[in-house]
Amino acid sequence: MNPILKDAGISALVALGLFGPMIGLKTEASATGLFLVPRPLALAAAVAAVFFGRLVLLTWRGRRPGRYRANRGLSEALKRSGRFLTPVLLAFAVVLPFISGRYGIDLGILVLTYVMLGWGLNIVVGLAGLLDLGYVAFYAVGAYSFALLSQTFGLGFWTCLPLAGLFAATWGVMLGFPVLRLRGDYLAIVTLAFGEIIRIVLLNATSITGGPNGIAGIPRPTLFGLQFSAAGGPDTFSGFFGLEYSPTQRVAFLYYVILGLALLTNWVTLRLRRVALGRAWEALREDEIACRSLGINVTVTKLTAFAIGAAFGGFAGAFFATRNAFISPESFTFIESAIVLAIVVLGGLGSQLGTALAAIVMIGGFEVFRDLAEYRMLLFGTALVLIMILRPRGLVSGRTPSVALGRRREISAELVAEGRG
Amino acid sequence: MSGPLLKLSGVTAFYGAIQALKGVDLEVAPGEIVTLIGANGAGKSTLMMTICGSPHARHGQILYDGRDITALPTHEIMHMGLAQSPEGRRIFGRMTVHENLLMGAQVVAMRNYAATRDLVFTLFPRLKERLAQRGGTLSGGEQQMLAIGRALMSQPRLLLLDEPSLGLAPLVVRQIFGAIRQLNRETGLTVLLVEQNAFQALRLAHRGYVLVNGAVTMAGSGAELLARPEIRAAYLEGGH
Repeated sequence: MNPILKDAGISALVALGLFGPMIGLKTEASATGLFLVPRPLALAAAVAAVFFGRLVLLTWRGRRPGRYRANRGLSEALKRSGRFLTPVLLAFAVVLPFISGRYGIDLGILVLTYVMLGWGLNIVVGLAGLLDLGYVAFYAVGAYSFALLSQTFGLGFWTCLPLAGLFAATWGVMLGFPVLRLRGDYLAIVTLAFGEIIRIVLLNATSITGGPNGIAGIPRPTLFGLQFSAAGGPDTFSGFFGLEYSPTQRVAFLYYVILGLALLTNWVTLRLRRVALGRAWEALREDEIACRSLGINVTVTKLTAFAIGAAFGGFAGAFFATRNAFISPESFTFIESAIVLAIVVLGGLGSQLGTALAAIVMIGGFEVFRDLAEYRMLLFGTALVLIMILRPRGLVSGRTPSVALGRRREISAELVAEGRG
Repeated sequence: MSGPLLKLSGVTAFYGAIQALKGVDLEVAPGEIVTLIGANGAGKSTLMMTICGSPHARHGQILYDGRDITALPTHEIMHMGLAQSPEGRRIFGRMTVHENLLMGAQVVAMRNYAATRDLVFTLFPRLKERLAQRGGTLSGGEQQMLAIGRALMSQPRLLLLDEPSLGLAPLVVRQIFGAIRQLNRETGLTVLLVEQNAFQALRLAHRGYVLVNGAVTMAGSGAELLARPEIRAAYLEGGH
């Protein structure tokens, strides 16, 4: 049989199975309760659309089904644009608060938080190759560390920020120890459980964390002791600089804080890639046994990856707490880990620029299409599928060597599974 | 010191309940090339890994340079001047040749990096041409050269080579064995070579051991072993 016809037939069958209950049966409410109304015509239309759609698509592509290849043209274009895309993005990020309103800055803060989380997780997943499905745990540890330290000891944001990172790193090491021998799927399962354990502990340790009620009244960050408040005294930002108070000042300040934190994460990662430790991470991702035979202390290498990745998660968590002024376990569910991991994978494992782009697309895109209400998830899913078809190894999937004599030659996407730094 | 650089006495090793090494005695003197030959599954690679502490020997003792390394963790052993080119090469495929070599030099914190790298390039000029290339795109022979070069970057006193001829064309094997001989003559590097290619290995080595089912059954000089009829029958049948 014609392979195209066969493929379209299989697609139609899958559509029938999927749409059978979803479109073929409609629930109607009546006085006595719900009853089912069959809709064979609508079902037939949907299945026929899939059948002919697939037929047209495959004929148009003019080759046998099931052979997706990385789109070279797009890949080349992205590679070329990468050189000026980075400075453009950076410049845009710096001027955003001046050219945008309150909503834009808020959205910028949200995107940058995920960029930072993505860059932090990239150290663990992208560079060291340790699949971590519980990254949100460190985000939570950072947020709760800051919240509890400020509530209990009255410490401010800037004092707590390094402490939050330190606590998160400690938890990273604590997670790291039991999973040292695990790889791949098994590692993913344990880290997933770890993320849930942290959340459930936060939920149930009511006397310390307030349980589901969370912690409110978390202090805002200050600028060298200057507060952002309407009081207008000499110890407030507006009073000190003789400006008129506006709540946007505080939001813009928060924006620059997260921008700085995110750039710090990026800078540290880029530096680490060029030293022995970072190279050992990448080597570990490639071949653990070879690493051992070269005298690399695999235990220490893995633990530092967990610890440093976790520390950045902790910084981001502390920022999240100070921005929202309120935290509860609800903010640290598995879906957060999944989103951050999706950002890293879609961006191209190991790629800094890719992670940033993916965060903008995923978080920003999700917000921009808010007006589309329930269709937004559909769009979102379509976008993910499209990216995976066109760029199966992530948006930016080449790899720049960490060291080179003379010109750095990009290693093309077809040859690497993980992206560049 | 004048004693052996490496001395194994009564070493046993297990994979779970399976005993892979059944009391191996072996010595490698400084400046020697010693080869260990044996059939598939005889325990050759296990012996190599046991010297490196992964798995650890259950009984017996491993002395390196007079020091007991039996119970040390792998990374500490590899800091003492041993280097291994593991079975199946295990180069870092997505990293460049340059990065692979840097990984080898990490254990000595890049000391004498330039000089060692130049030595590797004299042995294997091909690596210099391929410096910016991804390890995985090299040919099998070049990958083997890279694996040996990477091991040499740690400036070892004892080089452990696990089946460097695996899956390579005879011409490439000769080239690699030639490099090992040159290295041994010119720098006095001690080599413990595990091989299935018994003929080539015994011709290269000063001394050899034959490993059968996890135990040494024969030992002697390379020429002696080559001349023995049972070796010819078991390992060199149809050989060159």
